[in-house]
Amino acid sequence: MSYAQRGMDWVRALPKPAKIVLWVLFLVFLFALPLLNIPFITTPDSDFGGVLFTVSTYVLVALGLNIVVGYAGLLDLGYVGFYAIGAYTVGVLSSLHGSWPWLWTVPVAIGAALISGILLGAPTLRVRGDYLAIVTLGFGEIVRLTLVNSQWLNGAQGISNIPRPPGAELFEVPSLDWSSGAPVVDLSNTTTFLKFGITDQIPYYWLALSVILLVLLFDKLVKDSRVGRAWEATREDEDAAELMGVPTFRFKLLAFALGACIGGLSGALFAGKAGFISPDSFVLLLSILFIAAVVVGGAGNRWGVILGAIVVGYFPERFRDFADFRVLVFGLALMLLAIFRPQGILPPRRAVRAIEADEKLEALEEGEVRV
Amino acid sequence: MRSTLKFAVPIVAAALALGACGTKGGDTSSAGASGGSQAACDLKIGMFGALTGPNANLGIYIQNGVNLALDDYNKKHPNCQVKLENYDSQGDPTQAPGLAKKAIDDKKVVGIVGPAFSGESKAADPLFNEAGLVTITPSATNPKLADNGWKTFFRALGNDATQGPAAAKYIKDTLKATKPFVMDDASEYGKGLADIVRQDLGSAVVGNDTIQQKQTDFSASVTKVKASGADALFYGGYSPEAAPLIKQLRDAGWKGTFVVADGVKDQSFIDNAKTAAEGTIITCPCVPADVAPEFAAAYKAKFGQDPNTYSGEGYDSATILLDGIAAGKTRATMVDFVKSYDKKGVTKQLKFDAKGESADIKVYAYKVENGKIVSVGEIK
Amino acid sequence: MQYLFDNFWALTITGLTLGAVYALVALGYTLVYGVLRLINFAHSEVFMYGTFAALWVVTFLGGNATGSIAQVIFWIAMMFVAAMAMSGLIAVLLERFAYRPLRKRNAPPLIALISAIGASFVLAEIMGLREKITGWFGLDTPLATYVRNSRNNAGMPEIITPQPVFTLGDYAVTNVDIFVIVGAIAIMIMLDQFVKRSRLGRGIRAVAQDPESAALMGVNRDRVIQVTFLVGGVMAGAAAAFYMLKIGITRYDAGFILGVKAFTAAVLGGIGNLRGALLGGFVLGLAENYGSAIVGTEWKDVVAFLLLVVILLFRPTGLLGESLGKARA
Repeated sequence: MSYAQRGMDWVRALPKPAKIVLWVLFLVFLFALPLLNIPFITTPDSDFGGVLFTVSTYVLVALGLNIVVGYAGLLDLGYVGFYAIGAYTVGVLSSLHGSWPWLWTVPVAIGAALISGILLGAPTLRVRGDYLAIVTLGFGEIVRLTLVNSQWLNGAQGISNIPRPPGAELFEVPSLDWSSGAPVVDLSNTTTFLKFGITDQIPYYWLALSVILLVLLFDKLVKDSRVGRAWEATREDEDAAELMGVPTFRFKLLAFALGACIGGLSGALFAGKAGFISPDSFVLLLSILFIAAVVVGGAGNRWGVILGAIVVGYFPERFRDFADFRVLVFGLALMLLAIFRPQGILPPRRAVRAIEADEKLEALEEGEVRV
Repeated sequence: MRSTLKFAVPIVAAALALGACGTKGGDTSSAGASGGSQAACDLKIGMFGALTGPNANLGIYIQNGVNLALDDYNKKHPNCQVKLENYDSQGDPTQAPGLAKKAIDDKKVVGIVGPAFSGESKAADPLFNEAGLVTITPSATNPKLADNGWKTFFRALGNDATQGPAAAKYIKDTLKATKPFVMDDASEYGKGLADIVRQDLGSAVVGNDTIQQKQTDFSASVTKVKASGADALFYGGYSPEAAPLIKQLRDAGWKGTFVVADGVKDQSFIDNAKTAAEGTIITCPCVPADVAPEFAAAYKAKFGQDPNTYSGEGYDSATILLDGIAAGKTRATMVDFVKSYDKKGVTKQLKFDAKGESADIKVYAYKVENGKIVSVGEIK
Repeated sequence: MQYLFDNFWALTITGLTLGAVYALVALGYTLVYGVLRLINFAHSEVFMYGTFAALWVVTFLGGNATGSIAQVIFWIAMMFVAAMAMSGLIAVLLERFAYRPLRKRNAPPLIALISAIGASFVLAEIMGLREKITGWFGLDTPLATYVRNSRNNAGMPEIITPQPVFTLGDYAVTNVDIFVIVGAIAIMIMLDQFVKRSRLGRGIRAVAQDPESAALMGVNRDRVIQVTFLVGGVMAGAAAAFYMLKIGITRYDAGFILGVKAFTAAVLGGIGNLRGALLGGFVLGLAENYGSAIVGTEWKDVVAFLLLVVILLFRPTGLLGESLGKARA
């Protein structure tokens, strides 16, 4: 059992009030993170608030993809398609062919992603697992190529002037300055609380973080319900699940659709923050990074995939000095991880137990042969 | 399920309360602001563009030009050096805003050369505009960029709207092509340019086609061009696709004239297309090397190769900012300095109109002859 | 539609030449899938390395368009040897470092795919960074011809000028077209015979059919898997050499799209089925060309992917079914 796991178990064993206090402190820390400018953690070569927002979108996407890959066991290599559909729905309705405010477009974006998830999933979820990977890979490319080639969507030019989320200018929050070695409150560098402006990216991070908390809550509710158990049964042994009366296809489709929804939501957030979207922002590599986030962290464990998303989203920005070698190092890391820790950094507890049981079984079997 | 809710509600409430407390604490703190005094000397200019990754070629060419300008300046001002700060966007609009914010927060940065591409410009320029940090792009040619009312936007080269008509004119008047075919790579640059050429050539166009970036097999397009009986082909796009395209056209026995724009004015086009590149006409809103021989010689001495696409524009853009620094301008006063700038650069007379476009744009035609890009004069 | 009929032969022949390349690359996917039930995601990079080997050897030998017949034959022969050797080597290394450690640990297929994605990045990036990497050893200047501008296209000197041999309809079929189509089919027939008749071929089929029984019957599974990767790599190398003859330009990321297309071809024909890969490659090459003639060239890739989806929906085992293990292979 890893240290991370031991840490989690320690937290679980605490009395409830202590747990709540710990959580609250942690949340406050998360919200304050871009203002604290902690040396070493803060990215030296790119704006930390912006990086945190990017990491947050990765986390959100990873949570959505985790439902598909981790819970239902469906390998989706075209997840960027739903992300793009979400972002473009916002772009089309709010700027290109309409002038809706951002907030109204978000539910529509989620709906559009949901519908495209069902349209893609209904026919393709019947095919075998590894074929599904390629079909979804194709879907991601079809979406991107459609964005590039469709004049109605403005082609490669993309969509500009997407409105920002609604906000209010309530008060200023100062940040910390560490340039003298010790933290000093820097009143010249402040963030206006909840002004979704152009330059300051920190409020967008706060928004994304809040959405992540909501999605996490939703994720927990679904995972612990009958639906979550049905996914698990389907993933472990589809035939057995079907025999026990689980309508596996319907549950797979549900997972696919829910995953698509969250992908669309992340896309909508991204569009609202960037103000400009183009097909360049939805390349296939992104799908692969998303999958990597889920698998690196530990498919099926929501804390694991969050960690994976942070690794995939944050490290390339923190270590910009590597510049050209980023992808190379990333590829190497994926290979090493697959070989030495195939269950991810934080595997789901059930997987840990399953592996232990498997090992026990194997040991027994080998013992029998020897006897 | 109920326990989760019971658990979550106090968390949110507590988080809000504590969050508010933390903020107040910050307000009452007596520590002073770190605005500090600015020495006029250790100023920086920024280079914003793709310096690594798949789109890095163009960015490196520009960066080379910028570095050359910087060397010139620092040689003249040994006691007051200017540093170059690189903002490597990898040409990715998603990374651009974070980098732009970083540049804005670095108070020593007084001006930016870039952003290099149109896409990242759209993502980053609103930030620069709000912060009042001057950007001079040496390579983003989308005409609409200048229509956003960004007061910090300047463009040190002609946009597609000046180059497109010149290319069309050359095809009509000089080549006297009666059956032109127009193709693009669906990119913002390529398609924008090709659409202008299509419009200008009007009904003479015998066929249209669109390929995709990173495509390598063009057999379907080659068939289309040959079937149309085209005697000239205008291609809006970059050299990675232009080279295999013309090679496959020539292999299939197509004899017409291949006309491309500045995105292909690049030695790699000739290196890769080899003999198929011969006779290709390249339009470019850039002054030929023989007009600025000192620049070409200095570039070759430093980097061991001839100046490439947009190196000259990079040099000019950086020179404008450096002249501003020499004149004692700061970030706030730099905008007006650039606006009223009027000097001869290595690529053109450097002067901007009200929208930040280069005021004096000449489009030249170049031709590939014996493996070299040679000028065949201005398109008038 | 009229356009399609008017240019039927041009679209058909060019579609077939491209299809031949797809088919050869598809063989690698099909062989590995047949034996390991695993999508070798990094196979596209195996192909890409072959294109560079072909390019480097021709550049090194000073190939040009004015060589004598003997010279041209020598250059082409060396091109194939270099490309097949390089691709074979990369495929074997891939198996050794990306897959074998996983197999030893009984990792789930999803993990193998992740490892393959990682390996694919590593291979492509090494090629894309070859200028910097050789620079560490001070070799970038002596090797400048081979490594300069490593993120950009690299073009091969033309060693064989396409000459029309005969015309079909309006289309003049060139010597290169004929060489690519006939050569690819010949190589595939050889492979087919190899798998059918040789000892190693029998081993491959045995492992594909039932790995455990094969192991019990004395087949060395690791060795068979290694040979499978080697054969798939060599086929990709041949594809790379044909590709360089036809297209002549490559790039560090040239493998990706071609790899996805070749995989599509493999699935189309029935993954695990060698003849299926051949058929799938040709069908895909033709479908792309006909499809883009009808709906526009910009939708070419979309046509290919849609075809894949449709095939998987209505005939998930592909046109010829999955059958590497069966005697027909």
